[in-house]
Amino acid sequence: MKKLNKNFWVGIIAALAFYGVVQVLLTTGIFTDVTRSMLLLIGVNIMLAVSLNLITGITGQFSIGHAGFMSVGAYTSAILTLDYNVPFVPAIIAGGLLAAVFGVLIGMPTLRLNGDYLAIATLGFGEIIRIIMLNTEYVGGASGLSGIPAKTTWTMLFLFTLITVVVINNFIGSTHGRACIAIRENEIAAEAMGINTTRYKIIAFTIGALFAGMAGGLSAHTFYVITPGSFNFLKSFEIIVMVVLGGLGSTAGSIVGAVFVTLLYTYLREFPEWRMIIYSIVLILMMIFRPSGLLGKTKFSLGKFGKKEAKANDAISENSAP
Amino acid sequence: MTQSAKTVLLDVKEASRSFGGLKALSEVSLHIDTGELIGLIGPNGAGKTTLFNLLTGVYPPSTGSIILNNESIGGMKPYKINHKGAARTFQNIRLFTSMTVLENVKIAFHQHARHSLFTSMLRLPKHFKGEDEITQKAMDILKIFDLDEQSEEVASNLSYGNQRRLEIARALAAGPKLLLLDEPAAGMNPNETRDLMNLIAWIRKEFDLTILLIEHDMSLVMGVCDRIYVLDRGMLIANGTPTEIRSNPKVIEAYLGQEA
Repeated sequence: MKKLNKNFWVGIIAALAFYGVVQVLLTTGIFTDVTRSMLLLIGVNIMLAVSLNLITGITGQFSIGHAGFMSVGAYTSAILTLDYNVPFVPAIIAGGLLAAVFGVLIGMPTLRLNGDYLAIATLGFGEIIRIIMLNTEYVGGASGLSGIPAKTTWTMLFLFTLITVVVINNFIGSTHGRACIAIRENEIAAEAMGINTTRYKIIAFTIGALFAGMAGGLSAHTFYVITPGSFNFLKSFEIIVMVVLGGLGSTAGSIVGAVFVTLLYTYLREFPEWRMIIYSIVLILMMIFRPSGLLGKTKFSLGKFGKKEAKANDAISENSAP
Repeated sequence: MTQSAKTVLLDVKEASRSFGGLKALSEVSLHIDTGELIGLIGPNGAGKTTLFNLLTGVYPPSTGSIILNNESIGGMKPYKINHKGAARTFQNIRLFTSMTVLENVKIAFHQHARHSLFTSMLRLPKHFKGEDEITQKAMDILKIFDLDEQSEEVASNLSYGNQRRLEIARALAAGPKLLLLDEPAAGMNPNETRDLMNLIAWIRKEFDLTILLIEHDMSLVMGVCDRIYVLDRGMLIANGTPTEIRSNPKVIEAYLGQEA
């Protein structure tokens, strides 16, 4: 027990140190605004990847509707801050909670399905959300909502990301998380060993949706504008790519995957005509040479988290030096 | 066995199960008293595993009733039946292959965990207490099965015999009254089989268990079981002590075929 606690505090301190370094670099102006928005994007993507990993990597339920939850959170929190002057943090949390409610509502009927069937059903859910937003005048239809106050600061984003990673990782490392892994490993045996599989699938789905919704809210308050198109199934696939690249079932892997995909995406912007080709080739090569992902099924410990973050930090400062 | 007053633990009344037009089990009635070790034998396709699946809720009986410990469990979900006190192993081993040996057993303790989802997510003191308790209990079970030294090994790395034993350990960890073993000795050599049978006899005494055992190996079943039920083509054709079964003409016919 003491060991666990020590590990935990080492991780927290490492993460805070990383936060401090970035904060200094931001205030001194060494990090430009471009780097800053990339950092925010990385944070949002980490939240999305880690929460999807809980559903797909840990519980083994293949979901292509993650952008749908993100969309619910983004729209909810944006409307709250725009039209009702709700303070930033409660608005983000409200967005997450509504996304979680959707998680329960969608999870109850669809989680009876498995494999390909569940994937199609969640894809349908994501598209339904998008079409509803597209055709609702109140949320701006196709042009979406704009003028959302850019309230997502580096500090806020860091805190939300840290909470997401810590809470989800705590869940995975407990008997409840083991129940989810057992479902992934062998659903019939899990059920026969006394695990209420339906209940745990819904729990995983709901927790995943909660954090995806918060990530959506944070991203809406970063980029001023949200449109239904930014939450289409391609966004869902992008999150899946992060999780799979990092290593299905590994929280640390999801973090690395999110950082990797975001950096790749950002730096490939300089070659617009080659971007998607290079991106796709990287994916194909990854799957051929490292099918289990960058980190495989590496178990997550916060001690490691600090190191991973530091690495990401190095990569960022290296690239933004000129 | 040692109890003077026999109490019925499992009572199956005219349970049937059909899959479309195929009647896999028809009107099977059997009862098991607390503390008995019962064998269930029959040729391939007789419906032995189907009966296990009915007893553990994988699918509900088409007709008939199943009563465990004075409570009807027919049609209950598998996890609920497990909570009511019936745990099983599988004919084709179903371990959580990429989890460690220890984690496999810990899963079975999940239902007894006293720390909630919330305390775990926030890592409150209760979480650590609960997890420590589970780990301790799981290690105790592994020791009985001589698997404690391999507790950190991934389950799929165990030898075949040890995988079978781990499955029994896991079923036992759920704290069942009735243990259902589906061909526990399948694929084992004669030595391993003998050790396993001794172990089964031992845990039965140690944990006050009632055991229902499916087995192909006749000599093995004859050696350890108090009573034996024989299934053939979905019907119960015989029931009695090993000596009675051995000389039952219907059983001989089912296994060896009719004399021409």
